[in-house]
Amino acid sequence: MTDTTQMNMIQAINSAMDVMMERDPTVVVMGEDVGFFGGVFRATAGLQQKYGKNRVFDTPITECGIIGVAVGMGAYGLRPVPEIQFADYIYPALDQLVSEAARLRYRSAGEFIAPMTVRSPFGGGIFGGQTHSQSPEGIFTHCSGIKTVIPSTPYDAKGLLIAAIEDNDPTIFFEPKRIYNGPFDGEYDTPATSWAGHADAQVPTGYYRIPLGKARIARAGGALTILCYGTMVHVVEHTVAMLGLDAEIVDLRSLVPLDIETIEASVKKTGRCLIVHEATRTSGFGAELLAQVQERCFHHLEAPIERVTGFDTPYPHSLEWAYFPGPVRIREAINKIMKD
Amino acid sequence: MTDPHDSARLQGEAGRNLPPLRLHVPEPPARPGESADFTHFDIPAADAAPRPDETAQPATMRDMAYGLVRVLDENGAAVGQWNPNLPPETLLRMLRAMALTRAFDGRMFRAQRQGKTSFYMKSTGEEAVSIGAALALHRDDMCFPSYRQQGILIARDWPIIDMMNQIYSNKGDRLKGRQLPIMYSAREAGFFSISGNLTTQYPQAVGWAMASAARGDTRIAATWCGEGSTAEGDFHSACTFASVYRAPVIMNVVNNQWAISSFSGFAGAEATTFAARAVGYGIAGLRVDGNDVLAVYAATRWAADRARANAGPTLIEHFTYRVEGHSTSDDPTAYRSAEESSLWPLGDPIARLKQHCIGLGIWDEDRHAAMDKELAEMVRDAAREAEKNGILGHGLHHPMESMFEDVFEEMPWHLKEQQQQMLDEWKAAGL
Repeated sequence: MTDTTQMNMIQAINSAMDVMMERDPTVVVMGEDVGFFGGVFRATAGLQQKYGKNRVFDTPITECGIIGVAVGMGAYGLRPVPEIQFADYIYPALDQLVSEAARLRYRSAGEFIAPMTVRSPFGGGIFGGQTHSQSPEGIFTHCSGIKTVIPSTPYDAKGLLIAAIEDNDPTIFFEPKRIYNGPFDGEYDTPATSWAGHADAQVPTGYYRIPLGKARIARAGGALTILCYGTMVHVVEHTVAMLGLDAEIVDLRSLVPLDIETIEASVKKTGRCLIVHEATRTSGFGAELLAQVQERCFHHLEAPIERVTGFDTPYPHSLEWAYFPGPVRIREAINKIMKD
Repeated sequence: MTDPHDSARLQGEAGRNLPPLRLHVPEPPARPGESADFTHFDIPAADAAPRPDETAQPATMRDMAYGLVRVLDENGAAVGQWNPNLPPETLLRMLRAMALTRAFDGRMFRAQRQGKTSFYMKSTGEEAVSIGAALALHRDDMCFPSYRQQGILIARDWPIIDMMNQIYSNKGDRLKGRQLPIMYSAREAGFFSISGNLTTQYPQAVGWAMASAARGDTRIAATWCGEGSTAEGDFHSACTFASVYRAPVIMNVVNNQWAISSFSGFAGAEATTFAARAVGYGIAGLRVDGNDVLAVYAATRWAADRARANAGPTLIEHFTYRVEGHSTSDDPTAYRSAEESSLWPLGDPIARLKQHCIGLGIWDEDRHAAMDKELAEMVRDAAREAEKNGILGHGLHHPMESMFEDVFEEMPWHLKEQQQQMLDEWKAAGL
């Protein structure tokens, strides 16, 4: 019998790193403010005290340097888990991620690898303005050689993060910061809820893993397939419940590798598909999902595939809830698909 | 609405009676058709540079970033505090490695011109930078080179046929034909995969060195970049990390004065030296005669001993000259004086070490000529062997489906699907 305890997503992520640092002496954690202080979101709290400064350390404020150093540490034989404090800050590290970490195995024919897991809080809903709200996952899914993983519950966050750390390929692990402390249904003017009592907040205290590339059926149903990930899983669940619709909600969990089998089986069953993400629309990951569904399920579709996404604008501070793909916009899209 | 360029406002500003601002865009001293002029380069005497203790505080040795560490004087004698007093066998090994590098470069450059490969980059005139350093490091110290350090592999006795297979991108290429020629990777030789994106290797080397220190290892790291790419953010990120964690790393800037057609002024050389970048970061900086292999060796040993003593990183500027074009795709006669190379006052690294060895009585012209002939034959024979594995574009490449391997450790479904689609398309086309 595995011991479980209630954790919010931050605690689950912290526990994943703790478990891995205990099991594997090559795992190191690094980033801005992650050491003594334990990170601006407390995700690394207590790790330096437990594992020492050689394994958990603060870094200079240079994302290019953080990822470049992590590539070198990986080449040495360590398994770095760098944190980029906000996904919006990841761009200075793009060359090291896209041209170096993601290509190292390929260009050296396996002589050198970059087994790093880049943790970074992403997404909006916290009044973070344009520099603390972005969802840049589509930049990474577009690049060969890098995996992109996004959890939506504490249970998944820990199991996926352990799998990512153990993985020998570089992985971007985007943490939906709006749901760090509790699930968010998209009703921004109602009181925030915590993870307390949520079934997926009962998390094993020890080691377990959720394989990368396996989606989760968050709700089984037959009327419509909704593909989503991260915070949007909870917004979609709430909207579907309000409508009383028998929708199938697929929480993708991993964008690369993608669980195409689960997606294909679901859409072929329901004949309708809605894609929801917070990231900007044009060339967003939804475009790839739409193409995959169209290529594989065209003859099973009863209605055009719809997307609800962030708009192609920067994330506006005061107009956050007009930008955020909330229940109103999702409901309208569902109604459109279902009326055909 | 108010016009921000309102003329009345501009007139008001002009009334301040200051000279108009002007932009300084650097210009090299000589362009094609003009005489090269190195008279502004005041070369210190070979025995002028003091040699600080390896554990000296950076603040006590800032002058080293503006001077020039030299060992070989104008007559080929080894002089001064930096003379590493190497035994004859090491001197001759250096000489041979530099000569082999030059012979290799000559052969591979011609192979590109003969259409046997797409691209090549010579290191002519810069051989000492790689070979002096490689021989001063331990074999298991990790090198993070740029694209002009083929001399490291040669100094570490890596088989030249393996390098040629890579250049030909043939079926013998361990890198499966995936990389542009000369972007070697040789883990067994402590030679990190070359990127082609500039100076990305700098923070990687620092990270490797930090890992070695964190694990209580004994190995250190060394890295190289050109003076032009010291302008990249990666360079400065690396210097910051190296300084903060006192990483056991040697950061080499090969100042060959030209970044394709941009002279070193576009990287800041008009304002200060490249070694002086170390001063701002509070790390040890040395400026070295990069065409003096004994000086390169001595500076590298000093920096390696410093790193091994946990006294921190060193930034070394190797002052040299890029004798050839940037690559086979470049024609330097279009942008610089043809005289520069022959007038470069620090001379040729091979000629200088040869003169030194002859002066010691351990070498002579006949032996040198015989060595050059032997190396030319060796390179020719290796090239012929490598060409049996194929040359670029002549079919003897790795199998097409290998394109999809090593993107990830395990091939995911979407790559398998694309791989199968490609094979099906070729089959359907009857190819």
